Amino acid sequence: MNPTPTVAEDPSRLAEFEARIAADGTIEPKDWMPARYRSQLIRMMSQHAHSEVVGMLPEGNWITRAPSLRRKMILLAKVQDEGGHGLYIYCGTETLGVDRQELVQQLLDGKAKYSSIFNYPTLSWADMGAIGWLVDGAAIVNQTMLAKASYGPYARAMVRICKEENFHKRQGYEIMATLANGTPAQKAMAQESLNRWWWPSLMMFGPHDKDSSNSDELMRWGIKRKSNDELRQRFINLTIAQVKAINLTVPDPDLRYNEATGDWETGPIDWDEFWRVVKGNGPCNKERLAARRAAHAGGAWVREAALAHAEKQQ
Amino acid sequence: MSTPHPALFEALLRLGDDRLVLGHRTSEWCGHAPILEEDIALANLALDLIGQANLLLEYAGAVEGAGRDQDALAYFREAIEFRNALMCELPKGDYAVTIARHFLHGVFSVLQWDALSSSTDATIAGIAAKALKESRYHVRHAGEWMIRLGDGTDESHRRAQDAVNLLWPFTGELFMPCSDDAELAAAGVTADVSSFEAKWRETIDDVMLRATLTVPEGAWMQRGGREGRHTEHLGHMLAEMQIVARSHPGAQW
Amino acid sequence: MTNPSAERSWPLWEVFTQPADGAPHEHAGSVHATDAEHALQNARDVYARRNEAVSLWVVPSAAITASTPEDMGPFFDPANDKAYRHPQFYKVPKGVKVF
Repeated sequence: MNPTPTVAEDPSRLAEFEARIAADGTIEPKDWMPARYRSQLIRMMSQHAHSEVVGMLPEGNWITRAPSLRRKMILLAKVQDEGGHGLYIYCGTETLGVDRQELVQQLLDGKAKYSSIFNYPTLSWADMGAIGWLVDGAAIVNQTMLAKASYGPYARAMVRICKEENFHKRQGYEIMATLANGTPAQKAMAQESLNRWWWPSLMMFGPHDKDSSNSDELMRWGIKRKSNDELRQRFINLTIAQVKAINLTVPDPDLRYNEATGDWETGPIDWDEFWRVVKGNGPCNKERLAARRAAHAGGAWVREAALAHAEKQQ
Repeated sequence: MSTPHPALFEALLRLGDDRLVLGHRTSEWCGHAPILEEDIALANLALDLIGQANLLLEYAGAVEGAGRDQDALAYFREAIEFRNALMCELPKGDYAVTIARHFLHGVFSVLQWDALSSSTDATIAGIAAKALKESRYHVRHAGEWMIRLGDGTDESHRRAQDAVNLLWPFTGELFMPCSDDAELAAAGVTADVSSFEAKWRETIDDVMLRATLTVPEGAWMQRGGREGRHTEHLGHMLAEMQIVARSHPGAQW
Repeated sequence: MTNPSAERSWPLWEVFTQPADGAPHEHAGSVHATDAEHALQNARDVYARRNEAVSLWVVPSAAITASTPEDMGPFFDPANDKAYRHPQFYKVPKGVKVF
């Protein structure tokens, strides 16, 4: 992480800006904003958009193998939605004065981050269930908060995305529930998949609050409204009940219910693994970027053709 | 359930398999298209086609009367039992092949759905009315892209012409009637595919002209898909498509 | 092939959707496209996948002129004290149903 150099902001404008945020006001593209607010938003929104687009790949891997026509259509519609969500958020980012092409190039050059969860491979059909249920479930917890973000275009994109994503988690859970109630081989497939996706999905909320470098500022400016640990706990509490309902188990011998707080407490998260994947050494980091680069390079002649044709018409 | 009707079953497989196989090929683009907007557009195309196949194969199963549903027909038939036109099963190729195939097949589909929307079989007429709207949009999308690729850059022109040349020998099959269809067509249940060719060619010529592309003349027209004699590509496509379903026979998903 | 980092972007268009017959068009988001027909198609594919629209407008983003935050005072505050533009400003004699 390389923080942009601190710009000396006009103290009265900054105070006015922060008062507006404190009063739950919404910041719009043409409004004055601190340079650091703009750069943090561009970073966070473009990472989010990249995550949606890279996130098409692990599930896209199973569209051609979906085991029924109904599942094939659902999965295709879901992965398409991810592309749409990437598009909405890129457009929201463009209101901050950057071009989508520039952001995409940062991704392709390996200079931008995206959610590490998509650097894990999809190895069985049950992974389509686990991703919809856990990964989209975690994303929804996060995005519901972001729908109240202080930057108008981001919040509005999130409102639209949350509305559309309602079906994503449900279809994933339905896949898992069907497998868990299916043949012994299907049930084993579901459990094995849950075992692989459980811990990475908890890592999606990011490091513990005490280790999260960007969180304070993001919360002060109303870009984030809840901390990583709060969101993670909310997700765990919601999910454990769902795991039990379909008679699967989470791969955590230390899991216990805290009567006093009403929270499910997990064993320690392997942050070494988290940082290893963030730093590029997850199982699929290289493949995911290679796939995006191949699509972009392979499509260059198409994009050029459309531009050339439009110019001829003028 | 209606009494078994082998000729109608075959006719529905021809309709359904075209859309299933072409929809599957289109779905292979998901996540890999030239630009995000096109990724979303292609997924819409694939969803429409697979949705049409779903309805057609469901009805085919009912007409067959052997207890097979759309998934049994999609996932548990061998390549030689598929009845799609060869054009639909060719690998997705580059974007020009994908667009040209949607255009060539889409114009045919619009004519076919238009005729079938007045089928004397109410189920077919209902499916056709829905599919007609979808196919009209597919042709608009693919036709506009044909013009942009054909009359874009030198590279896009070359690729578009190569795609048309590759696909052209597979267009003739679309208009070759099957012997078991004559009675159904005469009864207004299905429509004689050979009757669409002149109108099809008119639309193709118009767009090809605007796209500055040349229609290949005198090509030998391949056939075989309607009788189950396919290219080698279909077997590989089905191996991938059917692997999960076939690994767990009888399972629910 | 040209240097990818030098690639020109497709222009940006703003998309407005009309959710139902008779309703006003509302801003839905934006798409990239090289011409109006494609902008319309992309808008349809991106913003009307779930029956959200019965009609679409696309406008080149560069063609929109917007008021600035600095305009906010002079543009909108003067409307604050013109209560007589609102029907609630007027007293209606007792017994008369609201018309």
